[in-house]
Amino acid sequence: MTNPSAIAVSGLEKHYGATRAVDGVSFDVAPGEVFGLLGPNGAGKTTTVEILEGYRRPDAGTVRVLDCDPQRDASLRSRMGVMLQEGGLYPALRARELLRLFAAYYEDPEDADTLLDTVGLTDAAGTPVRRLSGGQAQRLSLACAIVGRPDVVFLDEPTAGMDPQARTATWGLVRDLAARGATVLLTTHAMDEAEHLCDRVAIMAGGRLAALGTPAELTQSATASDVWFAAVPGLDTDALAHALSLDGTCVVEERPGEYLIRAPATAGIVADLTAFLRDRDVMVSSLRAGRQSLEAVFLQITAESQP
Amino acid sequence: MMRRAVKAQARTELLLALRRGENVLVMLVIPVGVLVFFSKVDEVPTSFDNPIEFLVPGVLALAVMASAMVSLGISTGFERRYGVLKRLGSTPLARSGLLAAKTATVLVLVSLQIVVITLTGIALGWEADGGVFAAVALLLLGTVAFAGVGMLMAGTLRAEANLALANGLFLVLLFLGGMAYPLDDLPGPIEAFAKLLPAAALSETVRAALTDKTFPVDALVVLVAWAIAAPLAAARFFRWEE
Repeated sequence: MTNPSAIAVSGLEKHYGATRAVDGVSFDVAPGEVFGLLGPNGAGKTTTVEILEGYRRPDAGTVRVLDCDPQRDASLRSRMGVMLQEGGLYPALRARELLRLFAAYYEDPEDADTLLDTVGLTDAAGTPVRRLSGGQAQRLSLACAIVGRPDVVFLDEPTAGMDPQARTATWGLVRDLAARGATVLLTTHAMDEAEHLCDRVAIMAGGRLAALGTPAELTQSATASDVWFAAVPGLDTDALAHALSLDGTCVVEERPGEYLIRAPATAGIVADLTAFLRDRDVMVSSLRAGRQSLEAVFLQITAESQP
Repeated sequence: MMRRAVKAQARTELLLALRRGENVLVMLVIPVGVLVFFSKVDEVPTSFDNPIEFLVPGVLALAVMASAMVSLGISTGFERRYGVLKRLGSTPLARSGLLAAKTATVLVLVSLQIVVITLTGIALGWEADGGVFAAVALLLLGTVAFAGVGMLMAGTLRAEANLALANGLFLVLLFLGGMAYPLDDLPGPIEAFAKLLPAAALSETVRAALTDKTFPVDALVVLVAWAIAAPLAAARFFRWEE
């Protein structure tokens, strides 16, 4: 029977000695979905990904990728793109030589020079890998992962070390991959990445899945009733609390220009807040009412999962 | 595994081998240097009429050791360190294709070395006494043995330890390999030990094949044993990730 999921993980376990790196993880990823694995270091993200890539054998449970067993079915490798967390590139090869080499591994690869341009490495095409910056090497590694037009792509911390422009460009590439039907599974530490890029997110902690859902589902928690907004730094929080008829301690400037109002997120509060800001001719750059940030959810969940 | 992938991989491996200066030094400059230097200094008292007859087979063995053990081993060790071997394992090339490409690369490099050393030898007055096919077959056998040793070290040691050991072993085997001077110049116990190593076994058998000396069957046995044991050990103990 064929499995409709692009990636199916069921009861996955992997132990290293007494350490349970992955401890009973199950999830499915639909074709064309961008799926994010979040979690602190040591949560089991990379182990999970490397089992899916066929590098490691599970101790228990099953994994299927494009309805193949990654350990057994060599045919999967021509349909799979891999970006390791680090390394994997010949230091002495020039960027263009390396990408052309990877293109030669696949039946119907993308044009290496065009792809090099897409990831913004045309100017570095003749640079040996060892002289590329961290972000450039990441982009080259990404290009190598997708040059074979894969149906499923595993990206282990794809934007680590990238500058904001490269990150944005990488997000665009991942969206393009998904738009043409490829399934993408990525791991990340960056909450904004998970929030903006992923259709669904799984939060791992201590080798287990602590939460799974769309970013909206995860942040739409019942306990999250605060109002959070960003504006110019240095607003008078006491005056704001007064305007909202709240106690002074309920309004805090968490970081410069980022304010938290600990009160039920009602339409009235939001109206009073915007009136207060209008009177001071201050513009809100961001406002979130009745939802937590994914970062807050993440911190809360991973803290709860600590033994 | 596609032929195109293996071909592209072999071309890249060859490019990398020739791009590294220290690699060209150990594969070509040192063997040719040993050949020219020892043929000129006349320091080598041998039973041969012309020292070049002694030197060419020994330097061919040295060259095989340089490309199959030192060059292949060191580059593979660093590819393991940098995660290249791991990364290639999840491409359609896979491990089998990588091994095929590395084998092809070593064979091309050894052929290149044989041509350069033979031409240098001829320029220095060397004449082959027949037995060329036997000599090439023995050099291939030696390539298998030394590639096994190189891959065993590359797949089990840290890249820096592998680098140091491969270079150190190259030097030791140059002295104990009957390459630049005869084995029987060594003290008795050291000579007996040296005869068990693949370097002496290779240079002795190739030399016998290229001259009219009696063929040393014991050396051939040693060489065959290394050619079987070393690759088996490498296959058994090789770790793809450092």
